[in-house]
Amino acid sequence: MGCWVMAGITFREAARKKILWTALLAGLGFLALFGIALHYQIEDFAAHSTAPFIRYQILSAMLMVGLYVVDLLAVVMTILTSVDTISGEISSGTIHAIATKPIPRWQILIGKWIGFVGMIAGFVAITFGGTIAVAYWMGSVMPENAFQGALLVFLECLLALSVTFMFGTWFSTLTNGVIVIGLHGLAFMGGWLEQMSGFTESARLVAVGVVTSLIMPSESIWRRAAFEMQTPLAGSLPFSPFANVSIPSPTMIGYAGCYLLVALGIAVYHFHGRDL
Amino acid sequence: MRKEYGNKVAVRKLSLAVPRGSIFGFLGPNGAGKSTSIKMLLGLVKPTSGEAFVLGERAGDVAVRRKIGFLPEHFRFYEWLTPAELLRLHGRLCGMAAAKLRERIPVMLDLVGLTPHRDKRVHDFSKGMMQRIGLAQALIHEPEIIFLDEPTSGLDPMGRRLVRDVIRAQRERGATVFLNSHLLSEVEVTCDNVAFLKDGEVVAAKDLHALGEAEVHVVVRARQLSPQAVAGLAPWTTAANVEGEQLTMTARSSDVLPDVVRHLAASGADIYSFIPERASLEDLFVRIMGEDRGL
Repeated sequence: MGCWVMAGITFREAARKKILWTALLAGLGFLALFGIALHYQIEDFAAHSTAPFIRYQILSAMLMVGLYVVDLLAVVMTILTSVDTISGEISSGTIHAIATKPIPRWQILIGKWIGFVGMIAGFVAITFGGTIAVAYWMGSVMPENAFQGALLVFLECLLALSVTFMFGTWFSTLTNGVIVIGLHGLAFMGGWLEQMSGFTESARLVAVGVVTSLIMPSESIWRRAAFEMQTPLAGSLPFSPFANVSIPSPTMIGYAGCYLLVALGIAVYHFHGRDL
Repeated sequence: MRKEYGNKVAVRKLSLAVPRGSIFGFLGPNGAGKSTSIKMLLGLVKPTSGEAFVLGERAGDVAVRRKIGFLPEHFRFYEWLTPAELLRLHGRLCGMAAAKLRERIPVMLDLVGLTPHRDKRVHDFSKGMMQRIGLAQALIHEPEIIFLDEPTSGLDPMGRRLVRDVIRAQRERGATVFLNSHLLSEVEVTCDNVAFLKDGEVVAAKDLHALGEAEVHVVVRARQLSPQAVAGLAPWTTAANVEGEQLTMTARSSDVLPDVVRHLAASGADIYSFIPERASLEDLFVRIMGEDRGL
């Protein structure tokens, strides 16, 4: 019961934060830009009588770029909206009136987590679904395995959310934000290193990429999502965030899922035991 | 209980008993460890050693929190809620049914004088109004024990009287009130018992109803005071000092004052004035805590 009360209030609170609406606005702005780009590209295709196969492949690649932007937006929005939900309430004392109510502390934390999960699900559905809808409506292209792709992007957001919650039970809002953004940056860099290793065939680069993916597997989830959704042409683009050079295995996705659960478990454990 | 933060001892030795159904004042200077003590009793902070029982159950257990109301010193909450929404949320966290809450919320808003402001956002509330809504959330589920941390800070005189009346009403319905306040005049007229915390340790506990029967400071102006007469005051006083025509003494209680007067008169002293001065809670506080060395 306490879980759902906290989830409801957190969802409402998150929905009132300017960052969510700014991110949504950015998402809608991106959709408009994406639509304009598609429109001009389709006009160029008509002018140059581009072959349908090439036309389809290029539009599919553009769609993947669009989905990559949606992925970045969703993860950043997840971190920014949730970064002070635990640490901020501890430092301001807001948590005192809540944690003295007859609900276990784990319900407070999990309730908040569920609230954010609801908000993120809505955000991903709108922006991810919107991008696919625009691409289908204007260019008649659809990604492969769109649902699996959306689920993987959602999983990446949940991972970022759980890690943000975990560090939020230890550190101040600012420190928490720096750590989580830093970890995400590390994962991003590791992903590219792994991509590059496919071309240079450097075992050491692969090792560095794998280690960074183990430290923070968020980028691996995106690369798996890209692999699931892309057409062969988009996958063959070198040095892109969706190149078929180094594809994270289902085991890595399993690892990311376990990572998420462990981070959430640590957050619950530490929040339960700490002084407020 | 004892609480340490690294090398710093926040609460050295908290040992006290609070009678059920009473209003209990928890007093001490800034930094004495009052807020940490309250947090330990509420389960917000875990003691380094020792344990406490609230209403017979281990402090901090979910079961006992059902019977507890708490107004933190700096009440903060989601400021985008209206007072009614805020009370509904706290009521639901306390496990109250929706029907009960519909009935109870207007009563609570009326109790703390916020009915005219029921449609405002808490964001637009003054500090005093925040205290009032904080008090209402602490009482929404009719708790058996209420912890109030500085409930009158930020309140105007009308607000203070309201809080005083609310506290007394809680005692009348059988609840226990644990009051942490710096306003000793408020505590003096509200509380039944007090405990004094100094440097993280309970150094004294008093029944305020018995305070009137306790030691009385007396100033006497008299002539012909012999040293033997002053020495003979010992059975009724704990201290006596003569400077010129002024005798100051501390009588053991107001009951012994007639005996003191008779003794002095019988010793041949000419008494011009005899003024008993009952010690206020503030006097008692200063005596127990010592003067502020910052001045």
